[in-house]
Amino acid sequence: MKVPSPFKTWLVALVVLHGIVACAGFFAPYDPVEQDRKSPYLPPVRLHLVDASGHLHLRPFVYTLNLQAGSFEQYEEDTTQLHPIQFFLSGAQYRLLGFLPCRLHFFGADNTRIYLLGTDAFGRDQLSRLLFGGQVSLLAGLLGAGITLLLGASIGALAGYYGGWRDTVLMRLAEIFLALPWLYLLFALRAFLPLAVSPLGAFFLIIAVIGAVGWARPARLVRGVVLSAKERDFVRAARGFGASPAYLLRRHILPETYSVLLTQAAILIPQYVLAEMTLSFLGLGVPEPVPSWGNLLSSLQQYSVLVSYWWMYLPALVMVPFFLGYLGLASALQERGEAYKIAGRSLGSLM
Amino acid sequence: MKNSRVTNSYCRMSLIRLFAFVAFFVHVAAASAQQKNAKEDLQVLPGEVGRPGGRLVVSLRGEPKTVNPLIAADTRSREVIGVMQADLVHINRATQLTESALAKSWKISPDGLTYTLVLRQGLRFSDGQPLDADDVIFTFRVYLDENVHAPQRDLLIVGGKPIVVRKVDAHTIVFQLAKTYGVGERLFDGLAILPRHLLEKPYQEGKLGQFGALAAARDQWAGLGPFRMKEYVAGQRLVLERNPYYWKSDAKGNRLPYLEELVFLFVPNADAQVLKFQSGETDMISQLSAENFSVLSRQQRGYTMTDGGPGLEYNFLFFNLNDAGDKSSPEMQRKQKWFRDAKFRLAVSTAVDREAIVRLVYQGRGSALWGLVAPGNRRWGNEKLPRPPRSLERARMLLQEAGFSWGNGRNGESSLLDSDGKSVEFSILTSSSNADRAKMTALVQDDLKQLGMRVQVVPLEFRSLLDRVTQSKEYDACVMGIASLDADPNSDINVWLSSGGTHLWNPSQAHPATLWEAEIDRLFDSQMSARTFDERKKIYDRMQEVMAEQQPMIFLASANILAGAKNSVGNFHPAVLEPYILWNVEQLYLKTGTENATR
Repeated sequence: MKVPSPFKTWLVALVVLHGIVACAGFFAPYDPVEQDRKSPYLPPVRLHLVDASGHLHLRPFVYTLNLQAGSFEQYEEDTTQLHPIQFFLSGAQYRLLGFLPCRLHFFGADNTRIYLLGTDAFGRDQLSRLLFGGQVSLLAGLLGAGITLLLGASIGALAGYYGGWRDTVLMRLAEIFLALPWLYLLFALRAFLPLAVSPLGAFFLIIAVIGAVGWARPARLVRGVVLSAKERDFVRAARGFGASPAYLLRRHILPETYSVLLTQAAILIPQYVLAEMTLSFLGLGVPEPVPSWGNLLSSLQQYSVLVSYWWMYLPALVMVPFFLGYLGLASALQERGEAYKIAGRSLGSLM
Repeated sequence: MKNSRVTNSYCRMSLIRLFAFVAFFVHVAAASAQQKNAKEDLQVLPGEVGRPGGRLVVSLRGEPKTVNPLIAADTRSREVIGVMQADLVHINRATQLTESALAKSWKISPDGLTYTLVLRQGLRFSDGQPLDADDVIFTFRVYLDENVHAPQRDLLIVGGKPIVVRKVDAHTIVFQLAKTYGVGERLFDGLAILPRHLLEKPYQEGKLGQFGALAAARDQWAGLGPFRMKEYVAGQRLVLERNPYYWKSDAKGNRLPYLEELVFLFVPNADAQVLKFQSGETDMISQLSAENFSVLSRQQRGYTMTDGGPGLEYNFLFFNLNDAGDKSSPEMQRKQKWFRDAKFRLAVSTAVDREAIVRLVYQGRGSALWGLVAPGNRRWGNEKLPRPPRSLERARMLLQEAGFSWGNGRNGESSLLDSDGKSVEFSILTSSSNADRAKMTALVQDDLKQLGMRVQVVPLEFRSLLDRVTQSKEYDACVMGIASLDADPNSDINVWLSSGGTHLWNPSQAHPATLWEAEIDRLFDSQMSARTFDERKKIYDRMQEVMAEQQPMIFLASANILAGAKNSVGNFHPAVLEPYILWNVEQLYLKTGTENATR
């Protein structure tokens, strides 16, 4: 029996996780911004197999939770009617993968609403918000890392290949960028921007900002690889045959950096997801009511939420499999011997 | 450092000696004290008789700046000044009616222009110096002096002329007004009487403004309130001690206050205040959010939480109705065309789900609001004010009448278009430090989405929010809250009048911008000189109706007064007026525990 390589295992796990988030509309039972004002801070619903009179059911079912009379936060189960869980049923409209209009949902129930992970202060479904919030946070991480790697690779290659004063200037610039207290700079930047930024505008702003801030480290790594690659025999030979710098970079030198860049990507993506979460947690990210993992957690800044509603912590747990996946992938990449030592050093400093 | 420690221990030594001496002396002088009391006109308070001694700790949301009422602008300073000073006539926070204070009695002449006040006998400042009519005359001279810039000055100008204060004898003062004044003797509430023997010199030197810093207040200041300065530790706490010359007693003749010490801890954050109360570091807590209240209620260990009922705070949404003239951008002009339309504002008001705000923000501990008079204000509310239930249909009808229509937006949702076919989009500012108001705004945002309006919520730090609303005036709409200081309408004068600084949608106007604002100005003026309560109430009712018709402020909800105290605190009765829990501080006492009775 062939044991799958750790690289493939991690990759498949990540693809599945991202697939679920990408198809959030299908897996989420409800619209993430829809308020159910009758059920604020509803605890996660219980799935039953045995009903109140002791009968066993094969299909799991739920009881509707109603507010206790006179209370505004205590719920009780209405055991007079059970609602079996239905699969593949029609519900709120959404756009699959962002463009396909669709109404099919993975699960739900007739005549009641199922809140598997409870609701927030406005009675919005936490599970739906979690899935849709993942779209914002993960996409911000992916795109941000993409921008960073593009910038880092170009700047690093330029500095490494041409050397001389260009190298000096670019690398000093990189050091300045590494030294910047960027979180506080972002606060300052936000103050200069117009007051009301639309959710989409805020999203791209975040991506641009976190993407532009982090190029320095990959640029230094790429520069190191390019420095050694350009002195290799096959590169010298190509140069001797009259190859142009652009051809040399594209054909011979940059391919040498791919494994470094891949490992960097596996490290940067979770880092940038976390950066987006930090910004949104502090109120600098996408504005309400659009969910992101960061602003889902921001209600925990209130003491009363912190001690009363444990299901508000769940968004913090959700990132664990994602981060684990990415870090596992990064070390698998390393183990495959494709990563250079220098990348390993930066990985070590990160963990 | 070393020097001060030496002095301290010396002080303690001499204090002990002093106590021994006093104890002996009190024994001897017991008989003659009765005679002295006869001359001294103590105010006898009804209610539960407590036991003397002990120290009570409360938290203060930030550090007070001064004990000088002439320069105090922040609420922390005013809270501290409130327990160190006294006024001539006082509004009872429980009954919301006036009662005698430093003035034993008062008389208003039939034409309403002359107020004659008679002071109590034997009054003394907290440093033991006697008080007489000259101190009162001095106080009002200072308040009215333009060079002092006292915030109290505006209240003492009636009919465009300052009130004239005249001394008749050592205990009788006459106040002469140029015009009748609707509020009557309520005018004197909160006007602290100043110690002439300490302040006359700095006043003449023009240095009153620098007087009364907390660090120096022990020697520089004396008041007539139940407590006086003892110790101030910057950044940590303020310790006040019992004023032995206080002029009130309980039903059994014990001189008040009961407490030996009152300690204010500076705790800037509401959640931190809750934690301090929960851990027993503070004895009382007030101004709680409903969520924190229910957290504390859930595990009452040694303390009791009290829902004091509807308060006087009103939360509202308003649109930017300032007239910036040619300076404003075309975009702003387009938006203001909607905002200026009363039907648009009425539609917004009709679409707001106030009942949901009360449930979700206040967990039922609040009331929906349709007018400026909060339900806690029992005497002044207009019963007949329309309270239309939420109706999206009616809101849509109103918008249609005003020329709005609906089209398909970017995501297939219906979006509201104005008469020029532009979609209706605006932002609402809200204070980022106030979780309740942020929640309220999120609910309003969702309500307006049902009408096809695209609304963005912008949380801002409170000071920059205030700056935008009152100074730069660059905003679309804003959600804010104001708490009336008194049940009487006059306390909200700056909200009502178009010239007022808190006339938020268009503050400090030179001339009323609209006919209805002119009408409110006129009505407010006429109620000021109305003589009877019924007459004033009728005018005031009309003012509330004009507001309801025009909706410059879309009122949302009002929170209940939520407070709590350890079970050991006696006479704890939160009021709906500020200061919510310290209004009867002289009667508060500790039932058991750590008091070190020195009497």
